[in-house]
Amino acid sequence: MVESKISTTMKKIHIFGLIVIAIAIGIIVSTYGSASTYSNFTEAEELAKEGETSEVHVVGKLTKDANGQIVGMKYDPVMDANRFEFMLVDTNKIVKKVVYLSPKPQDFDKSEQVVVIGRMQKDYFECNKILMKCPSKYTNEAPDFKEATAEKI
Amino acid sequence: MTLGNLGHLLVIFSFVTSLVATYAYLRATLLSTDNLQVETWKRFARGAFYIHAAAVIGVCATLYVIIYGHHFEYHYAWSHSSRALPWYYMLSCFWEGQEGSFMLWMFWQAVLGVILIRTNKLWEAPMMTVYALVQAFLTSMILGVIIPGLDFKIGSTPFLTIAEANPGAPFLQLNPDFVPKDGNGLNPLLQNYWMVIHPPTLFLGFALTLVPFAYLMAGLWRKQVVEWLRPALPWTLLTGVILGVGILMGGYWAYETLSFNSYWSWDPVENAVYVPWLIVIAALHTMIIAKKNATALKTSVILIIAQFILILYSTFLTRSGILGNASVHSFTDLGLSGQLLLYLFAFIIVATILTVRVWKLMPSDKDEVSTYSREFWLFMGATVLCLASFQVIIPTSIPVWNSIVQAFGGVSKLAPPTDAISYYTKFQLWFFAVITILSGIGQYFWWKRVQKGKMQDLLTPVWISLFISALLITFGGINKLPYIALLTAAVFALVSNTTIIIGVLRGSYRVSGGSITHIGVALMLIGILWSSGYQKVVSLNASGLLISKDDYFTKEDNKENKENVLLWLGQPTRMGDYLLTYRGPRIEIRDVPEFVPNTWVDVIEGDFHAVCLRDITIGEKTYHKKGDTVAVYAENAHYEVEYREPNGRIATLYPRVQFNEKMGLVTSPDIKRELNKDLYSYVTVGSDPKKAEEWSPTENFRVAMQDTFFVNDFVAVLESVGRTDKVEGIALTPNDVAVKAQIKILDKEREYYITPTFAINQERMVMRKPEVNEDLGLRVQFMEIDPKTGTFSFAVNSKQRDYIVMKAVEKPLINVLWIGTIVLVIGFMMSTIRRFREFRLVRDKGVELEKV
Repeated sequence: MVESKISTTMKKIHIFGLIVIAIAIGIIVSTYGSASTYSNFTEAEELAKEGETSEVHVVGKLTKDANGQIVGMKYDPVMDANRFEFMLVDTNKIVKKVVYLSPKPQDFDKSEQVVVIGRMQKDYFECNKILMKCPSKYTNEAPDFKEATAEKI
Repeated sequence: MTLGNLGHLLVIFSFVTSLVATYAYLRATLLSTDNLQVETWKRFARGAFYIHAAAVIGVCATLYVIIYGHHFEYHYAWSHSSRALPWYYMLSCFWEGQEGSFMLWMFWQAVLGVILIRTNKLWEAPMMTVYALVQAFLTSMILGVIIPGLDFKIGSTPFLTIAEANPGAPFLQLNPDFVPKDGNGLNPLLQNYWMVIHPPTLFLGFALTLVPFAYLMAGLWRKQVVEWLRPALPWTLLTGVILGVGILMGGYWAYETLSFNSYWSWDPVENAVYVPWLIVIAALHTMIIAKKNATALKTSVILIIAQFILILYSTFLTRSGILGNASVHSFTDLGLSGQLLLYLFAFIIVATILTVRVWKLMPSDKDEVSTYSREFWLFMGATVLCLASFQVIIPTSIPVWNSIVQAFGGVSKLAPPTDAISYYTKFQLWFFAVITILSGIGQYFWWKRVQKGKMQDLLTPVWISLFISALLITFGGINKLPYIALLTAAVFALVSNTTIIIGVLRGSYRVSGGSITHIGVALMLIGILWSSGYQKVVSLNASGLLISKDDYFTKEDNKENKENVLLWLGQPTRMGDYLLTYRGPRIEIRDVPEFVPNTWVDVIEGDFHAVCLRDITIGEKTYHKKGDTVAVYAENAHYEVEYREPNGRIATLYPRVQFNEKMGLVTSPDIKRELNKDLYSYVTVGSDPKKAEEWSPTENFRVAMQDTFFVNDFVAVLESVGRTDKVEGIALTPNDVAVKAQIKILDKEREYYITPTFAINQERMVMRKPEVNEDLGLRVQFMEIDPKTGTFSFAVNSKQRDYIVMKAVEKPLINVLWIGTIVLVIGFMMSTIRRFREFRLVRDKGVELEKV
C-alpha cells in the first residue's frame, strides 16, 4: 500500500520531468531546423536552383579601388531611395552583385568585411540584412594616427 | 610617478589584496568555530578586503582623471575620448572600452563586498572566501602583466601609453614623445544620457548575481543546505530588480538612439543578459517555497549557480569575439577569452563539487505536491521561465557550437536564424502567455483563495478577463491567434492580480509587491503587443508612381522596399494621414534651447565652435549677437521635418544624423510622443550640411517680358521688371538705379518667385545681386538689360535640391509598456524591501539568542 503510493508519486514527478525534457529537446530540434547557414555564392545559387526558399548568410569582402571607393556601389536615392547595389567577393573569391532593398546603410563606406543575409536570385543576391564590420568603430586594431601627425607637422 | 604607473600599481595591489583576503577568509572558514584564531584571521581578511576596495576605487579614479584631464598620451583616453565632450559623456568614455567596463563591475563588487562584511557576520568567512576569489579573477582581467619567459599576458590594462600600446609604430620612430592633440572621440551612439546610467546599472546587476551565489556556496560548504536561503533571498530579489532595470534602460536607449526601429532586437548581446535575468526570476520564485518543498530547494541551488555562471557565459560571448559574424555589436578579443574560459570553468567545477558533496544531505519530499498548493503553481511558473530562457540561449549559442565542432576538426556552418525578431517572438510569446496566466493563478493559491478541490474559485476572474479581452480584441482589431492568446493571458493576469490586491490584501502595501510586479509584467506585454505587433509604417510611397519596371517593383512582396520615402526640401509630401515637409538642416548651439538653421552660423572646421552669422534669436530672446563665437554640436545634423495632421495640427521632428569622420555616419531617430502612440522617425539618407554645395555651370537665358523658359526642368515665366528703391545688402544713393525682376517658377504643387536685382550707380558701375532659392536649388543673377530688343538676360546655376530619405513608424500604446516597466520596478522594490526587513528581524533575533 505504502509502496504503491510512493511509486505513483515517483511517476508523477517523472512525467513532469519527461515533459520538460521533451520540450527542451523540441527547442533544440527546432533551433537546428530554423538555423541558417554560413555559405557562399556558389552554394546559395545551388540552393536557389533546387527551389529552396530559406535564407543564407554569405560572408564576403568589399573591393575598394585606389581612391578607397567601394567597387560597383550604386545608390541613387532620387531614382529609388530603397535600392542599393554593390559587388561582393565571397570567401571563394566569387564576385556577385548584391541588391539590398533599403537605403544604403550609414556605415557602409567604412566597412571592409560584411555579412549579407538573403537568397540568390537569377544573377544577383537579394539580401534583407547586412552586418558590417567597421575596423574603426569598436575594435582596438592598429589605430590610424596619420591625421594627427599630419596636423602636427 | 606618472598617472599610468600609479593606475597600474593600484591594479596589481588590488589583485594581491583580493588574493590575501581570499586566503585569510579561507583560513578562518577551515578553522573550527571555537578556535580563538578565527577572529584574528577574520579581522585580517576584513582589513585586506577593505584595502582592496580602496585600491579598486583608486584604479577607477586614476582612469577617470586620465580621461577627464585629456591625457591623450594614454591609449585609452585617446581612443575613447576627445576635447569636445562634456564631463558627463566622459563618464561614458570610461566604460566604452572593455577594460573600463570590467573596472565598473569590479567597483560594484568591491562596494557590495564591504556592505556584506558589515551586515552579515554569521556568514562572513565562507561567503567572503568565494566572493574575494571572484573579485581576484575579475581584477586579473585588467592586470596587464606579462609573465616573463612565457610571453603570456594576463589581463589587458587600460593604463598603456600610446607608445606602449603600439610598439614599433612608424610615427613613434619619427617622434617618440608624440602626443595626439585630440582624442578619437566617443562613439556617437553612446553620447546619450542613457549611456551614462545604463552601464553602471547593468554592471551593478552583474555584480549582484555574485551575492546569492556566494551565500549558496557558503551554505553548501558548511552543509547548511537550507539556511543560506534567508540571507540570499533579499539579494536575489535586488539582483532581479537591478538587472531588470539595467536591461530595460538598454532597451529604452536602443529605442531612442539606434535606428533599429525597436527597443529590443534579439541580438546576441541582448539575449546574453536576458537569459540570466529570467533565471534570476525563476530562482527567486523557487527560493520562496524552498523551505517547504525539497524539489524547489534543489532547483534553487541549480538556478542560483546557473544565473551566476550565465553572467560569466554572457561576458564570454560578448567579449571573446566568438559572436563574430553573428552580431552587429562587434566586440573584439582583447586576448582575454582564454582567461574568461578559465574563470567560467573554474566556477562551474567549484560549484559542481560543492553541490554534489551535499546533494544527499538535502531533504526530499515525502508527499506528492498537491495541485492545490501554492508550491505547485510557483514551481510551474519557474519551470516555464527556465524553458523560455533555454529557448533563447540555444540559438544564441550557435557560434559557440560551431567553434566546438571546429575545435574537434569537424565542420559546422550553422548561422543564427535570419529573422531574429520574428523567430524569437514566435516562441517567447507563448511562453509568456503561459507565464502571465500562471502569475495570476499563482497569486490566488499563494493567498489561499482557492479551497482544496474547488478550482471554480478562479472562475470569477476568468469570466471578467474573458469579457474584457473580448472587448479589446473586437475594438482593437486584434486578428492573429498568438496575439489574441497573449492579450487574453495578460488581461487575466491584470484582473486576477488586481483582485488579490483589492480583495485579499486590502491595499496592504507591504505584502502586495508580488501582485504589483505581475501587473507590471502584464501591462508590459500589452504594450509590446500593440507597439510591436501593430506598428504601422507611415512613410509608405503614396505617390502611386512606378519607380522602375524592374521586377522588384512589380512584385508584390517588396514591402520593405517602399518604406523609405524621399522628401525634397520645402516640398510637402503626403504620407498616411500626414503631410510631411522637410524644412532643412538644423544645428544645435549648446546654450540655445532650440535648433537653429545651419545658415545662421559658420562652423569652424575641425572644431566644435562656430561663428554666428546673424543674431541668434528664439522668440523674444536674443541669445547671441552676430559675430559671437558659440559652442555647437558640430557633428550632428538635425533635419527639421514638419508633420501636418488632418486637423491642422503641426508637429516638428528633428531626426539626427551624425557625421563623424572617424566613425562614419550615425543616425538617431526623433520621437513625437503622444498619449496613445509614438511617431518614430529617422533619416536613412541625409546630406552633410558642412559639405560645400556644388553649383552647375552657368546657363544664360535671354528672354522678353512674359516669355516662358525652362530652367533645370522647371517652367519659368518672367512676369515683370520694375524699379525698386531697396536692395538688401547694398546701400543705394538717390542717383543709383535699381531694377528687380519677378520670375515665377512653377513647381509640382506650388509657385515660387525669384527676384534678382540689377543696379547701376553714377559711375556706371553695375551691381548684380543673385538670389538663391534653396527649395528649388536655383541661383539666378540678373545680368543685363537690352533696351533695343526689350530683352533681359539672366545667368542661372542649379544644384541638386536638398533632400532626405526617411522612414516614419507609428507605435501605438507604447506608453503602456513604459508604465508597465515602472509598475514592475515599484512592485519588485516593495518585495525586496519586505524580504530585507524579514532577514534583518531574524538576524537580530539570532544574535540575541546567541547572547542568551
